Amino acid sequence: MSDARRAGSGSMPRPARGLAVAFLLAIVLAGCAGQSRAPFRFDTDVFTHALFSPDSQILNGLWLTVVISVVSQVIGILLGIFGALGRMSRRAPFRLIANFYIWVFRGTPLLVQLVFFFFGLGAAHIYDWPAINLLGLSIPGEIQAGIFALGLNEGAYMSEIVRAGIISIDAGQMEAAKSLGMTFGLGMRRIVLPQAARIIVPPLGNEFNNMLKTTSLLFVIGVQELYTTFSIKQSQNFQPFEMYLACALWFLLLTTIWSVIQAYIERRLGKGVAGASTGGRSLRDRMFGKRGPVEPSLVSGGR
Amino acid sequence: MAVERPRDLLAAIGGVPVAVTELVVEATDVHKYFGRLHVLKGVSMTVRRQEVVVVIGASGSGKTTFIRCVNHLEKIQQGRISVNGHLIGYRDVKGRLVEDRERNIAKQRQEIGMVFQRFNLFPHKTALENITEAPIHVRGVPVDEAVETGKALLARVGLSAKADVYPTQLSGGQQQRVAIARALAMKPALMLFDEPTSALDPEMIGEVLEVMKELAREGMTMIVVTHEMGFAREVADRVVMMDDGQIIEEGTPEHFFTSPTHERTKSFLSKIL
Repeated sequence: MSDARRAGSGSMPRPARGLAVAFLLAIVLAGCAGQSRAPFRFDTDVFTHALFSPDSQILNGLWLTVVISVVSQVIGILLGIFGALGRMSRRAPFRLIANFYIWVFRGTPLLVQLVFFFFGLGAAHIYDWPAINLLGLSIPGEIQAGIFALGLNEGAYMSEIVRAGIISIDAGQMEAAKSLGMTFGLGMRRIVLPQAARIIVPPLGNEFNNMLKTTSLLFVIGVQELYTTFSIKQSQNFQPFEMYLACALWFLLLTTIWSVIQAYIERRLGKGVAGASTGGRSLRDRMFGKRGPVEPSLVSGGR
Repeated sequence: MAVERPRDLLAAIGGVPVAVTELVVEATDVHKYFGRLHVLKGVSMTVRRQEVVVVIGASGSGKTTFIRCVNHLEKIQQGRISVNGHLIGYRDVKGRLVEDRERNIAKQRQEIGMVFQRFNLFPHKTALENITEAPIHVRGVPVDEAVETGKALLARVGLSAKADVYPTQLSGGQQQRVAIARALAMKPALMLFDEPTSALDPEMIGEVLEVMKELAREGMTMIVVTHEMGFAREVADRVVMMDDGQIIEEGTPEHFFTSPTHERTKSFLSKIL
C-alpha cells in the first residue's frame, strides 16, 4: 500500500500532480454549479428590444459601421484604381511603388495594421491621431486610424480586382479611343474603366460585404461600432446569447441590404452587354428556360 | 437586303475636311521591329490630297503594321511619317527623332480617322453615343451640335433607325458602318482602313464597301488595307503591293489587273482574284 503510493507519487512530477488535482476539483465544482444554476431562459424582451427598438448606442454603432465601411471602401476603390494602373504602368518607379504597397498590405494581418497605425504611430510620436473637425463634426482619432487602415488594406485587394477588370477589356478598345484622339487617361476614364466596372462589381460586392463585417475588428482600437457596442452591452447585462445573436442579425441585415443594392448596380451596368439582365432574357432563362423569342428581345433590349 | 446607297457622307460633317498640305501622307524609309523581328524594312509612301491608296499583300507582309504606324499606334525605329504636315509621334530634336508627348500625339490623331478590322465599337455606348463621344470629349463640340452631326452621319450610312441601339444588337456590317461614321465625326483629313471587311460575313461586305466607295468619290483621302480587288479597281487611284516588309510594286489598279511585273504580285493576285 505504502509502496504503491510512493511509486505513484514518484512516477508523477509535482506540477502535473497539481494540475490533475485542479482538473478534478474543477469538474466537481462545475457539477455543483450546474446543479445550483437556474436553467437558461431566453430573454425575449432584451433581444427584441435590441433588434426592433434599438437604443441610441446601437443606432450610433450601426451608423458608425456603415459610415466607416463606405468611406473605407471608397478609399479602397480609389487606391485600387491607382494601384492597378501603377502595376500596369510602363514606368518602373510606379510599378515598384504599387507592387510594394500591395505586397505589404496583403502580406500582413489587418489586425496588426490597425494596432500598429493607431497605437504604434502614436507611441513613436509619428502621428498622435488628434481629433479633427470636419464640417462641424468632430472625428476622433481612433475612427481616423480605423478608416486609414481599412482603406489602405482594402486598396491593396482592390488593386488586383481592378487590374483583372482592366486587362479583361479588349486592347482594341483603347486603340479605338486613341485613334479618335483620346489620351490614355481619357480613354481609361471614358472607355475602359466603365466597361471594366461591370466586371469589377461582383468581386467588389464581395469586398464590401467583407468590409461591413471587418469593421468589427475596430474593437481593438476602441471604436464603438456595432460589434463593440453589443460587446459592451453584454458585459453589462450578462446576456451574451441575446446580445451577440442580435448583433449578428444586425450585421446580417446590413449585408442583405448591400446584396440588394449590388444586384441593382449590376443591372444598371449591364447595358449594351449581350445577355445582361437589362436586355432580353435573364441568364437563368437562357440556361434553363425555354427557347425565347430572340428577335423581339434584340429589338426592345438595351435601355 | 437592299441597302440604300449612301450619299453625301461628307456633307454631314461640313464638306471635305481640309487638308493643309498637298501631300497628306509622307512616309520615308520607315523601319519597324517587333523585338528582333524586322517587320517594316524601309517603307516609303506618299498620299496626295483626295487620293485613295489600296495596300495589298499576304498576311505578315507588314501592311497592317504600316498603317498602324501612320497614326502612331505602333512606334517606328527609323524613318519618319508626316500627316497633313505634322511629324507623327515624334519630335525632331536637332535631327534626332524623340517620341512626342502623349498630348501632342493625341492631337495629331484627331486628324486621322481609323477603321479597324474588328470594328472596336464601344459596347457600353449606343450607336449614336459611339459617334458623339470623341467630338464631345476630345474636340469639345457642344452636345446638341455633336448629336446633330452624329444623327446626320448615321442617316447617311443608312442606320438612322439604330441610333439608340447598342453595338451588340447590330450586325457586323452595321457595326462597321457605325465605326466609319464614328471616325468621320472627327472630320479627319485622312482615313485609314485596316482590313475593314475581313471580319464580315460575305453578304455584309457590300454594304460596308458601298460606304467606302462613296467616301472615295466624295474626295476623302484614304489608305485602305484590303483584299477586295473589286473595290480597288473601282475607286483606287493607286495600288501598293507589300511583301516581307517592303513595297515591291506600285501602280494603277489597271496595271495590277493586266500586267503585274513582280513574281510575288502575280502569285498573290492569282490566289485572291
